Amino acid sequence: MASLRSWRALGTGTIVVYLSLVVLIPLASVAWESASGGWEGFWSAVTNPQALAALRLTLGLSGAVALLNAVTGTLIAWVLVRDDFPGKGLMDAVIDLPFSLPTIVAGLTLLTLYGPKSPLGINVAYTRVGVLLSLLFVTLPFVVRSVQPVLQELDRSMEEAAASLGAGHVTIFRRIVLPNILPAVLSGAGLGFSRSLGEFGAVVLISGNVPFRTQMISVNIYGLIESDNVRSAAALSLLLLVLSALVMLAMDWVRRWRWGHER
Amino acid sequence: MSGRILLRLVAVVYLAGLLVLPLGMILWRTFEHGPWPVWEALTSPYALHALWLTLLMVVISVPLNALFGVGVALLLARGRFPGKSLLSAIIDLPLALSPVVVGLALVLAYGTSGWFGPALQALGIRVIFALPGMVLANVFISLPFVAKEVLPVLREIGQEQEQAAYTLGASPLQTFIRVTLPAIRSAVAYGVVLTTARVLGEYGAVNVVSGNLEGRTQTLTMYVADRFQQYDETGTYAASVLLACLGVAMLLVINRFTHKGEAR
Repeated sequence: MASLRSWRALGTGTIVVYLSLVVLIPLASVAWESASGGWEGFWSAVTNPQALAALRLTLGLSGAVALLNAVTGTLIAWVLVRDDFPGKGLMDAVIDLPFSLPTIVAGLTLLTLYGPKSPLGINVAYTRVGVLLSLLFVTLPFVVRSVQPVLQELDRSMEEAAASLGAGHVTIFRRIVLPNILPAVLSGAGLGFSRSLGEFGAVVLISGNVPFRTQMISVNIYGLIESDNVRSAAALSLLLLVLSALVMLAMDWVRRWRWGHER
Repeated sequence: MSGRILLRLVAVVYLAGLLVLPLGMILWRTFEHGPWPVWEALTSPYALHALWLTLLMVVISVPLNALFGVGVALLLARGRFPGKSLLSAIIDLPLALSPVVVGLALVLAYGTSGWFGPALQALGIRVIFALPGMVLANVFISLPFVAKEVLPVLREIGQEQEQAAYTLGASPLQTFIRVTLPAIRSAVAYGVVLTTARVLGEYGAVNVVSGNLEGRTQTLTMYVADRFQQYDETGTYAASVLLACLGVAMLLVINRFTHKGEAR
């Protein structure tokens, strides 16, 4: 067994070094750099009007994305599980496309139909609607793929019993289906929120990077790096990192609740 | 019944408007003037170099993360040590972080004025604005995929067979190759496909650390953005469609794995 122990020690050592070099030391250097200007430096970076506007827009759009995804994602999952029509298999297959397309292509794809040369005469380039659309594009699969398996497993006898007692469709959905799928909806929406907070590739081209109007926080940080204002970039990055970590914690909490729920 | 048709209609219209029609439109725009302009755009030296660099990133980063992922999953599933939940949280972190933050973190650690900058410079090693930094960025952002796929499988198969192999005198390496590896093989493969798809599409982090030098440190995603900013429509669309095809190929491989999983 001594040999197993030495393999384990070697493996653990390698993993610790790898994680430190790739993840931990770089993230620590962000915290270090953002602290190097003292509290005042940090505060002035995160309260810079342009950064605040970007932060507010990011939080607002991420919230909108989470809400919209909760509704449309649940609806699509419902149609995929409970409905049947020719072409449903294809519909199921295209749901995963946003995850396999590079994000930079996602934004461009939307611009071909809703951009300056739109054949429909709709132009959302450089607007908040455009940013929202590209976020919806890249986060589409989260809620669908989280709710779909739960709906599939759901025992339909409860719904049938409710229907035979005279409950309408809306009542059945609200009182029976929704409580069962709610944890799955929440965790899918949470993933979409977290993804939108930091999304860069999908929004950088479509947003046109207009300060105070369409600039997301990730694009703002990118601009600060490009203009060599690394300290402010680090301060905002730290803030975004903490936000992401908090969202992760909340998601973990939902996951545990869901686990307790499904047993 | 009419309610059901209304829901179906809403779902179809939403997916068509957000996904299918824009994708159809970019395909149409790309091949509007036939395949030759597309071929010419893709075989320009800078485009070829960007494609080569993207594939190089995949070839280097994916095996690194596959090895790391299997190692970490083994450690989390089999080891007992303090800080295990912290380790698992750290491994999930890259999925929640903005790619721009990842890029900045690497610049601050390995850039010329970063923590290791002076030491690396003395050794004559260039990390940021060069290949090593780009590999670091890709490794960082695609870190958890293999581990996340392998860990549940390891937990499910348990340790009994491994213990039996040890009792029969097998060495740890033999046990891993003969007992553990066959059980986790398809989970590793699935994780590798996810990692590859992520690395192919990476833009933000690599953009920050690479300096985006045309023909030198420009990957295919950066090439797309660059062509767009130069108002080169053909180049933009051709490279986008190439990337999309690579992505769809990955998706098809993923689907094969999931259907295999369902059949079991």
